[in-house]
Amino acid sequence: METMTNTSTVRKTDLIFGRSLDTLTLLRNAMQRDKDGLIQELIDSGLRGRGGAGFPTGLKWKFAKGAPGNEKYIICNADEGEPGTFKDRVILEKAADKVFAGMGLCGWLTGATKGFIYLRNEYIWMRNHILAQMNDMNEAFRQMKLDFSIGLKMGSGAYVCGEETALIESMESKRGEPRNKPPFPAIAGYEDKPTVVNNVETWVYALLISYIGADVFAAYGTEQSTGSKLFSVSGDTPKPGVYELEMGMKLSDFVAEFGDGDTKAVQVGGASGFCVPRRKFDQVIIGFEGIPTGGSMMLFNSHRSMYHVLHNFLEFFMEESCGQCTPCRVGCQQLLLGIEAVKSKTKPAQYLDTLMEFTETMRLASKCGLGQSVGNAFNSIVNEFYEEMIY
Amino acid sequence: MEKTVLEEIIYRQGAQRDRLLPILQDVVEQQNFLTEGDMLHIANLLQMSAAEVYGTASFYSFLPLNRKGKYMIRLCKSIIAKMKGSDQVLAAITDQLGIKPGETTADGVFSLELVNDIGWSDREPAMLINDKVFTDLDPVKVTHILTNYLKQASTQAFVTNLSTN
Repeated sequence: METMTNTSTVRKTDLIFGRSLDTLTLLRNAMQRDKDGLIQELIDSGLRGRGGAGFPTGLKWKFAKGAPGNEKYIICNADEGEPGTFKDRVILEKAADKVFAGMGLCGWLTGATKGFIYLRNEYIWMRNHILAQMNDMNEAFRQMKLDFSIGLKMGSGAYVCGEETALIESMESKRGEPRNKPPFPAIAGYEDKPTVVNNVETWVYALLISYIGADVFAAYGTEQSTGSKLFSVSGDTPKPGVYELEMGMKLSDFVAEFGDGDTKAVQVGGASGFCVPRRKFDQVIIGFEGIPTGGSMMLFNSHRSMYHVLHNFLEFFMEESCGQCTPCRVGCQQLLLGIEAVKSKTKPAQYLDTLMEFTETMRLASKCGLGQSVGNAFNSIVNEFYEEMIY
Repeated sequence: MEKTVLEEIIYRQGAQRDRLLPILQDVVEQQNFLTEGDMLHIANLLQMSAAEVYGTASFYSFLPLNRKGKYMIRLCKSIIAKMKGSDQVLAAITDQLGIKPGETTADGVFSLELVNDIGWSDREPAMLINDKVFTDLDPVKVTHILTNYLKQASTQAFVTNLSTN
């Protein structure tokens, strides 16, 4: 076993919750600036979407600004459903005003006049809080003569609606089935109009960057993963919770800070992410150079069965696959049945290799990130904990 | 649901295809599930096929298509929930109410479901009861919570009896 040290080099930051800057002042300041200059600042900051996929935010906004037509939409994706993620919940509880102000800023920059927050039904207990914050912000927009208002749309319990085109379908009162891309939402999204969809956290950082500047933001993190982000830390840890950490940290440093001294594996990025075993903690960077995450960091200690972990993830995917693409619909089911068959010895251990080939088909032939990423967890857990799958 | 109540919901939301989901959500908020009759009536008033209404409703796990109790318990079954003892919490619920996941109590007060991650991995085990959330559960705590709901339900039944007699 590796030696765990207490001298952690994980850098904690406090941009989202720490600053006592007045939200409306931030927005007013930003709206004094040149629009193209501000979008360039966002591009220069290197900010990438904080939901997990990591598309450059400034570029997305630039495309939407350049898209023809007057009718455009701004959407906040608050359908936080990835297992082990809860940072958007905390942002919405503590800093919803900054989220809405960020959306207003994007409306001003792109010429959109209407925005929506799509809130997962599992967060219905905060609906009144969200409505109150939203109404206050809409009133503030009116007072500063910004032609923009935000409405609320509720989800109804479907993980796949976190995928932006499925989310748009759901907002249009349809089954939440992902669309083919292209066209991307920046060109044809909600009601087939140019639409910017960003994660809850991304809106806040975009607003903050307009004030602190690209250089200050990019001073944190690494070349491809600038700045900091919120991490949802859970599992076998003495201190579960939401932490804002510098991007690009080594997983070993993360484990030294948050582990319980007996960490066997970390699942980075939720059920659709990758499992890293202890012997590789030293080699893995958390960020776009290594393993990116929408925030979910689940720690498992040596008492945990990785077979149970994988079984739980596969049950999850089987239930949440929208069923549109056959490789995903059938694949999730067969992977689950497959590991059960190997465990019960009705199939030989080599069958695991066949299952890993299935995941490649799923990756190639599924329309959206759900089916494409089932193999991430599956292959990393099976490869790294092969014996646990069999015995 | 009574047709007049349903029509009031539709009137408030607007009888348009793109208001279907908010309408379905409102119905479920009031009675916790959708009946075939509700869906047929909605289809009529929105001038769309019943199959499309059913197809949309059946896609979403929070829009149940069979009878549910007054209180919908949704206990999280994520891997983190399991690690933190959600199975023991489930056993306590089953002991107290006599229902397993997917079932409804005979008096129609409670339904129980196991659901995927509800966003509380820092404070599992966690559950939703209708639009309220409960975290850091253990068998004792969940029993207290359900006892309170039972008291509330029996008081309400008593009041309803008084007013109808």
